[in-house]
Amino acid sequence: MTPANTDELRDRVRGFLAEHDPAATDRLEFLRARFDAGLAWVQFPVGLGGLGLPRAWQGVVDAELAAVHAPDNDPRRIGIGLGMAAPTILAFGTDEQKSRYLRPLWTGEEVWCQLFSEPGAGSDLAALATRAVRDGDDWIVNGQKVWTSMAHEARWAILVTRTDPDVPKHRGLTYFVCNMTDPGVEVRPLRQITGEAEFNEVFLTDVRIPDAQRLGEVNDGWRVAQTTLMNERVAIGGGSAPREGGMISLLTQAWRDRPELRTPGMHDALLRLWVDAEVARLAGERLRQQLRAGEPGPEGSANKLVFATLNQQMSGLLLELLGEEGLRYDDWTMRRPTKVDFYGRSPGFAYLRSKGNSIEGGTSEILRNIISERVLGLPGEIRIDKDVAWKDLPR
Amino acid sequence: MSAPADLLYSDVEEELRRSVRGVLADRADWTKVLARVETDERYDLALWRTLSDEMGLAGLPVTEDDGGAGASLRETAVVMEELGRAVAPVPFLGSAVLATVALSVAGAHDELTALASGARTGTLGVSFATAPGAAFPAVVSADGGRLTGSVTSVVDALPADLVVVPALAAGKPSLYVVDAADLQRTPVVSLDLTRPLCDLRFDGVAGREIATGEQAERAFHAALYAGAAMLASEQLGLAERCLEMSLDYTKSRYQFARPIGSYQALKHRMADLWAGLVQARAVARYAADCCARADDDIPVAVAVAGAFVSPLAVRAAEECVQMHGGIGFTWEHPAHLYLKRAKSTSIALGTADAHRATLGQLVDLPA
Repeated sequence: MTPANTDELRDRVRGFLAEHDPAATDRLEFLRARFDAGLAWVQFPVGLGGLGLPRAWQGVVDAELAAVHAPDNDPRRIGIGLGMAAPTILAFGTDEQKSRYLRPLWTGEEVWCQLFSEPGAGSDLAALATRAVRDGDDWIVNGQKVWTSMAHEARWAILVTRTDPDVPKHRGLTYFVCNMTDPGVEVRPLRQITGEAEFNEVFLTDVRIPDAQRLGEVNDGWRVAQTTLMNERVAIGGGSAPREGGMISLLTQAWRDRPELRTPGMHDALLRLWVDAEVARLAGERLRQQLRAGEPGPEGSANKLVFATLNQQMSGLLLELLGEEGLRYDDWTMRRPTKVDFYGRSPGFAYLRSKGNSIEGGTSEILRNIISERVLGLPGEIRIDKDVAWKDLPR
Repeated sequence: MSAPADLLYSDVEEELRRSVRGVLADRADWTKVLARVETDERYDLALWRTLSDEMGLAGLPVTEDDGGAGASLRETAVVMEELGRAVAPVPFLGSAVLATVALSVAGAHDELTALASGARTGTLGVSFATAPGAAFPAVVSADGGRLTGSVTSVVDALPADLVVVPALAAGKPSLYVVDAADLQRTPVVSLDLTRPLCDLRFDGVAGREIATGEQAERAFHAALYAGAAMLASEQLGLAERCLEMSLDYTKSRYQFARPIGSYQALKHRMADLWAGLVQARAVARYAADCCARADDDIPVAVAVAGAFVSPLAVRAAEECVQMHGGIGFTWEHPAHLYLKRAKSTSIALGTADAHRATLGQLVDLPA
């Protein structure tokens, strides 16, 4: 019986907890049981970790589980799998693919990464050059991918390749699941301006991928990739962010604790950013309320654009406010973090890492194009690559 | 931040928006608004009667016992958004917000009922540049029920029947109601063509005392907070309309054989404006919701809304002029009506700087 309302769903969770005491159950066993009970992501179909319920109802499940301190699947560690691979597998995967991949993806037993961007294909993702050539029941893949977080921990990757260079770029792409433990997959850390290496370069040399690991039709990979990119994770439910949370708290704390740093110019700059941060917080809260009410809109792209600039301004001001201390950095040693933590390190780290905010997940410039064209209906960019075979494009 | 704020619009609020927008489209399209600005009838009193009396919008936040609609400043804020979109020349802010809130807190039921029903029109006798949280004004003194002094740059006083006047009676804060007809009202040549100000002079004018001491101060402050919160919604509506005008024009204006809206130099600025509007809507709703719930967070909510929304509205209006090029610089195009309203309103009831200064004290970020 599918719960007909959130009260019945709450009862379902409580019944599950009565049978699986989180305090007395092994973490992984608990997560597997939760998946099998359809309480992993309630909007997914029965049998694939869900109950076919509205996505917004997941908050009910999460709240019940959080109340008893049940273990979670450490979502920040498996964000690519949850947010990008899973919805794509659900939309385009065969039954075999869905039942093979989704459960260990959700429990975190198998980490996923994303092999999309290339050195020559960033904002212009559809221009990518990694080749896949058919060989019997397999495909032979050669190329180079970049900005792959978690590649060094990942069991699987979602991969977009070029399968037909003789047609315009969007039409010759094919989407695969790639086994990261296969021979020919080489992962190298990509050191970034903070000194650490959150991301990787991935070199693919004669990697043999079975055709059974293809997602969607041959040469229909762009449509599949769109599904992945549209499913940038949207946080539903969860607690509201507190006032003065996040980066602004570093500024306000320094301001309150250290009166000797205060100047009129800094005061004005601080208050301007405090206002912007509070407004951004309210905009995030409003977006959550819209989603909860079943009125999703394009506002998330506005908040991403605003957040990138704001985070950069706040972390920049903090360094200036600190004066001499801002001249120092904590550690340039190359680390391999599995989660991004803006606040746990020095202000210099926050400043440098926030430079990525306006580049990762779509540059702010591309985001402005998307907003102006898709939300505001302004004319598209003039395109010289639309009707040209990929192999003939200037590069 | 006691109860969680509702930052969305209810179905009833959207219905209200549709009906107000419909009336304004018919009665206050920009050609009509522009045609009025150099006449003797600066306010559209027929439209004001429709909105206040026939549609019952003047008494939205007033209880039904006092002749109002029993709604709240959330609904008033929706009306303000629509009035901002149309830069409509009606004394809604002065009468349905400033005077109404002051009379309500002062407990002046007779006058409140008269305003709520639309039978009479009122305003608050303070300079329009007064910021919320300002000291109680000392420009008018009262002695034996007679008021003496002057107040400059008062909003919506020209069409008012009554004025709620903060005055000092033997040094004690007091609120009086005076008949506007007894005052000397001198129109000001105002930067804002669609919301003209005037100077008031009190030469021993008879007034009725409606509150004194702490209650008078509370009524005065409540009116200014509500006014500033509602102006944030008005500026939101205005900014939204400015962006729409810019979009319409840049999609249809061709130069170098392409719509100028296809250039990133313009597209990206409009995208940024839209992103700003998404932010502004959240904070304007928050301020209105706090006012509706009489939340303790009103001072912070109003300061944040005041500091954020007005600068955005000014930018939207300035960009509207710029993106229209030559036509946007002419008297015949409505862009200047919006620019003048936006810039004036950014000074009214507290500049962004004044709101930030207040905020610094409220959230323990001292200079």
